[in-house]
Amino acid sequence: MTAANNRRTIAVASGKGGTGKTTISTNLALVLAQQGKSVELLDCDVEEPNCHIFLKPQIHSSKPVNVLYPSVIQDKCTGCGVCAQVCEYSAIVVVKNKVLVFPGLCHSCGGCTLFCPEEALEEVERQVGIVEEGSSSGIHVIQGLLDITELMSAAVINGVKKSAGLSDIVIIDSPPGTSCPVIESVKDADFVLLVTEPTPFGLNDLKLAVGMVRQLGIPFAVAINRCDMGDGEVQRYCDDEHIRIILEIPDDIRIAQAYSRGEMIINVLHEYKGLFVQCLETFFNQKDPGLNTGQDGQ
Amino acid sequence: MDSDYSMKEIVIISGKGGTGKTSIVASLATLAGKKVLADCDVDAADLHLVLEPEVLSRNDFSGGKKARILKEECTACGKCIDACRFEAIHYPPVASRTVHALPQINPTFCEGCGVCVRVCQDNAIAFEPAVNGQWFISDTRYGPMVHARLGIAEGNSGKLVSLIRAEARKIAERDELEFIIVDGSPGIGCPVISSITGADMVVVVTEPTLSGQHDLDRVAQLTSHFQIPTTACINKWDLNPEMTRQIEARLKDQGIQSIGRIRYDPAVTRAQIMKSSVVEYTGGAISEDIRSVWRNIIYALGYFINK
Repeated sequence: MTAANNRRTIAVASGKGGTGKTTISTNLALVLAQQGKSVELLDCDVEEPNCHIFLKPQIHSSKPVNVLYPSVIQDKCTGCGVCAQVCEYSAIVVVKNKVLVFPGLCHSCGGCTLFCPEEALEEVERQVGIVEEGSSSGIHVIQGLLDITELMSAAVINGVKKSAGLSDIVIIDSPPGTSCPVIESVKDADFVLLVTEPTPFGLNDLKLAVGMVRQLGIPFAVAINRCDMGDGEVQRYCDDEHIRIILEIPDDIRIAQAYSRGEMIINVLHEYKGLFVQCLETFFNQKDPGLNTGQDGQ
Repeated sequence: MDSDYSMKEIVIISGKGGTGKTSIVASLATLAGKKVLADCDVDAADLHLVLEPEVLSRNDFSGGKKARILKEECTACGKCIDACRFEAIHYPPVASRTVHALPQINPTFCEGCGVCVRVCQDNAIAFEPAVNGQWFISDTRYGPMVHARLGIAEGNSGKLVSLIRAEARKIAERDELEFIIVDGSPGIGCPVISSITGADMVVVVTEPTLSGQHDLDRVAQLTSHFQIPTTACINKWDLNPEMTRQIEARLKDQGIQSIGRIRYDPAVTRAQIMKSSVVEYTGGAISEDIRSVWRNIIYALGYFINK
């Protein structure tokens, strides 16, 4: 992912699911494309990718995401058990001098292969998902799809990010939550837009997400979806923490209905286009690139 | 079937996030008889916001180890940097370097594999159990609850989910409870798989949107792979009645039992603000929808037949 110097990556994330990450990332990407910018949209919610529902990209390439796991070379193995001792994930056990590998538990650290005294292990590949690329309305769309029953979302997310790199602006649609797949999605971003809704659940999960981006040291701001429902606690929290709110989308049943049919807000409800244009202007015209880390003096 | 004691574990998941899992679990907590609650959405746990648990026991959770450089021993040879597949070890940025800059391990990216510890010839890397979060056994107005808080930016959520389910099971067995009700997480990955394996029933809460339908399809493939009896309800069904019918028809084809529709009602948000479950908060039609879902869950479990 080596880039043009002026390339900017914005990750759209949220602690709570269903707050509007996909709505915001697809609409932002479309606004940018309509302004003639070169833009890529990475759907990093590889467990449940939904951007394609709204952008309906023409997929022109698909490639597997593989991870490494150890395979035993039987005539070299003495059944000494070093590999099982080395593995912190219980992905290898040795029973009666026979080595058993559980690929689903393997984190591909390479330890067992590195430390096998007999050089009796070799790393082989297996597929855990796919990365697809396509285009839609001038947006280069890259999406990952985790194979059902696989655990290693982060590997597929990494595959998506590696396929990017052609455009000036990259928008990342992250999975919900605050753990490994989310961190993998946002860690290289220049900026994170945290989406929430003004409810107790939304606030609680926003606080977790703020903790995460602060720990990663990435500048961020907040978007509030359905901003006129619920209570004012999210706004109050953002004020107290000096976090900027750069996008507020009203609670409009027509937005929910357009969403249910897989339609883009800015295409069917033109009056809302301005909100996304403004949000991008706030972002790109900002003199201070650390738009807001909510930590004064950092 | 054992007639005198047979506890059932019901796991509520959704595929897509934000479809209303936690709000529905809070209402089921109100409606179910003798039960223990388990909040397995450890990434973004919210059930406690409604059930206001009184914490009885608090425990550290360690999902694995983390590596730490011992400054006195390190000779900055850099072998650990080359060996780490997770790019968790780096020399400090040039600007902040002193003459003998030592490598630094970023704990957020350390996966605890221990490879660096083993390649280090100076024994300069400590490898200790990391505290990734805390888990709690609590009391609520609806009975015992097991829940957790994963540390900021910590991994190992799958292990924590397994632990919470095991602790909830212990309580259920000890107190001879009828149900374990599990609030799961969105997606189809690691924490979801940990929360459903071996459960008696999965309830998928979906919504009448193309995204909801797409995500339901993927989660249904997952539960079918693990051969877990699966049911589904459609929340906010009246947002798009046509899509609701379409999803219900699809459920039938997939062999998933449809256990009801829950209407859209702003009372759901108001109940959340009042720290109430929906059925506590309102006697309105939505509460009847949820009661009906619970009756259908019981029916689907064959609970009455076994009795």
